Amino acid sequence: MTAQTANSREPLLVVDDLVVEYPAKGFGKKPFRALKGVSIDIHPGECVGLVGESGSGKTTLGRAVLGLAPVTGGSVRFKGRDISHLKRKQRRALADEIQVVFQDPYSSLNPSLTIEQTLAEPLRVKKMSAGDASKRIRTLLDQVGLPSNAADRLPREFSGGQRQRIAIARALALSPELIVCDEPVSALDLSTQARVLDLFKDIQEQTGVAYLFVSHDLAVVRHLSHRVAVMYHGEIVEYGDGGQVTSEPEHPYTQRLLLAAPVPDPLRQEQRRADRRRLLESQREMEVQAGV
Amino acid sequence: MSESAATPTPAVATELRAARSHLGRRLLKNPTGLTALLVLVVMILLAVFADFLAPMDPNKANIQDVLAPAGGAHPLGADSAGRDVLSRLLFATRFSIAGALWAVLIAAVIGVTSGLIAGYYQKWFESVSVWVISIIQALPGIVVLLAARAVVGPSIWLIMAVFGVILSPAFYRLTYTAVVGVRNELFVDAARVAGVGDASIIGRHILSVVRAPIIIQAALLAGIGIAVQAGLDFLGLGDTNVPTWGQMLSDAFSRMYQQPVLLVWPSLAIALTSVALVLFGNALRDELERAAGKPKKRRRGAAAYTPDASGPAPVVHAEERDDARPVLLEVNDLVVGYDQPDGTVKQVVNGVSLKVRKGEVHGLIGESGSGKTQTAWSILRLLPGGGRIVAGTVLFDGKDLAHLSEKEMTKIRGRRIAYIPQEPMSNLDPSFTIGSQLVEPMTVTLGISKAEAKKRALALLGRVGLPDPQKTFDSYPHEVSGGQAQRVLIAGAVSCEADLIIADEPTTALDVTVQAEILDLLRELQNDLHVSVLIVTHNFGVVADLCDRVSVMQHGRIVETGPARSIFAGPRHPYTKSLFDAILEDGAARGPLAHSADRHTLTEESAR
Repeated sequence: MTAQTANSREPLLVVDDLVVEYPAKGFGKKPFRALKGVSIDIHPGECVGLVGESGSGKTTLGRAVLGLAPVTGGSVRFKGRDISHLKRKQRRALADEIQVVFQDPYSSLNPSLTIEQTLAEPLRVKKMSAGDASKRIRTLLDQVGLPSNAADRLPREFSGGQRQRIAIARALALSPELIVCDEPVSALDLSTQARVLDLFKDIQEQTGVAYLFVSHDLAVVRHLSHRVAVMYHGEIVEYGDGGQVTSEPEHPYTQRLLLAAPVPDPLRQEQRRADRRRLLESQREMEVQAGV
Repeated sequence: MSESAATPTPAVATELRAARSHLGRRLLKNPTGLTALLVLVVMILLAVFADFLAPMDPNKANIQDVLAPAGGAHPLGADSAGRDVLSRLLFATRFSIAGALWAVLIAAVIGVTSGLIAGYYQKWFESVSVWVISIIQALPGIVVLLAARAVVGPSIWLIMAVFGVILSPAFYRLTYTAVVGVRNELFVDAARVAGVGDASIIGRHILSVVRAPIIIQAALLAGIGIAVQAGLDFLGLGDTNVPTWGQMLSDAFSRMYQQPVLLVWPSLAIALTSVALVLFGNALRDELERAAGKPKKRRRGAAAYTPDASGPAPVVHAEERDDARPVLLEVNDLVVGYDQPDGTVKQVVNGVSLKVRKGEVHGLIGESGSGKTQTAWSILRLLPGGGRIVAGTVLFDGKDLAHLSEKEMTKIRGRRIAYIPQEPMSNLDPSFTIGSQLVEPMTVTLGISKAEAKKRALALLGRVGLPDPQKTFDSYPHEVSGGQAQRVLIAGAVSCEADLIIADEPTTALDVTVQAEILDLLRELQNDLHVSVLIVTHNFGVVADLCDRVSVMQHGRIVETGPARSIFAGPRHPYTKSLFDAILEDGAARGPLAHSADRHTLTEESAR
């Protein structure tokens, strides 16, 4: 794998025309189609940002990659192998290749287990000896910037940012090649968020892990992603270079999304407000024309 | 099993033991729990050592001793067949309690197992088990027991086993609900992704959550079991060779006029045990629910508490121009504290001073725990339980809100000061239509008729940009989206022509595009109505969009305050600067993935 560019290498993950449907409550009702034919690919060591608003299907896509959402059509291929319909046991074997960091740092750690027990869980599944596991846990805590005495404490003793570091350590425990990050910084304070994002970046540079980074925040995605996909109503409406998608988007929805986020500067925000109003008007006109 | 797999188990066991003993210790400190536990322990000891304690064979009848009074060879007398009451009572304790426990055990095994499987795996097992459990619940228990008695004969164990099956839905429903609640927790998903097997997930993550409610349920059901078992034996359906409380009661009942005191002992035993079981269950539940200990009533010592409002003065930015608008709200050295169980006061706001002028939008920005929301709530005097304004004044239009009576405060809330909450959905009552929730406050605070209020509500709903006011008016909260709900709440906030609106993170729960619309709406309304707004937020973009003036909060203090433009142009306090540095909005994009000749190989970090 030397001297090859990312694009010429085999992608790590290929999602092809993926459809996810959740059965509706009640007999004979049409199922809810959360993903309507989504295609995306991630290369080794790459961060692909997935941005969209609530209900756009971005979290569902992440869960489908993790095997936590019912796939009804299309495929998810990891290193060329279709992993969309694996049995529970086969899926478990994928634990050391695909991992996850969830949004909510509070409910993603079992409140009654110490940090060591939480981090040991994936290691124990891989039959690692207690001594090695404890050594590995210390390395992991160090890697995510937590003191090694954190191991004996319970999640409630940690702040949101620290808990998210623990969740990252758990994801790293088995040295996976892909981590699905589902809004991992949305619940964090501004300054904590910046530090945790830097941690994500550092870890990627050190280990070469790939991220599927799901977020509702264009600025966060822009900061971390090599490429960005924008989701809207269960479809990807724009997919391309991170800088380009997040600063000069082509799709009308991405344009609206970009201009809707307020800039932290009163003067420029006034400008952005005017831009947004103009954009909405021109889009409305285009819609009217298209309708006629 | 290999050494590696076995080693972590002691650690887990220690941890669980620690958690359990912690709860156990709390239970022993609870007077009800301790008493109930003592009664139960005594009962169990009596049952276990009945062989040694009983003076004679419980079934040995002596015709000479029929209905013998207490004393002599029969400390509690003898029954209608001349059997020793004390001996019978002791052995009855054993069989009655064992019978009840047997029923509970059967119920728990069936109910908990099927509840766990149905809740965790769902699918067909869930459907089938729900049907079966519903059928069991629909059966009249006593009739089934009588029928079972006719089929299986007078065996206490078989009858109680049948009763256990009848009780199993109670465990099933409890376990099922708890498991469904936990199975969607993210830590369960994380464990699945980590490759942890289902059995291990159920044992480690799920059972630990449902364990305590199951114990409580078991205690309550054991009480019922004892009563039902006694009832069956009282009716004479039990095995006459096995002494139970119910049989003793039955026998005593038939001789009520000759030896009424015989009724006392079995009744006392049944009552004492059932009550102890129920109280034990209740005490356990109380201890579980009491998370960090309820804040006790403020002790007298707390009144002497001296608030600490000292601290560095905030960085104040100079006014751009003289502001001639009168001050509407002036908060001076506000200190907010929460009473702690040990009598101390935990300060969350440490001396905040701020001014909001008429028609001004003032932003209160800070990170979580900075005290910004506490400040807003104390202006409304809506602090959660245990919280209070410890010192300082809140002057609103000349009145000090910090010292108004609750009754006077009620007149100000809604009418003079309105509130827009963070979570629009949880601030609308799901059981009333949106219309009725808008009309009611208007008729109360403005004293106008319902028809008039409805007219105004419809106009307001149109004003806040809802496309079909009448339809929204007739809708229930679950029928509208989050953005629409927030528009409804904004309509509610401006409906009573308040002078000051306190908006607590009004757009945080909304999508970015919806947030932009709500910000536009707030700005328009503020322009039209010239209302003052105090907006609490953590988002600098929202401040930049709306606010004339900003106060930055950290650790319950305002560290920097002044006109928004001035602070955005040149933040001076180190904390404000650090916040500005953390903003990503203007940062560079990461760019495409560079080719990675010298990148580490993926597995280098591997744990091998």
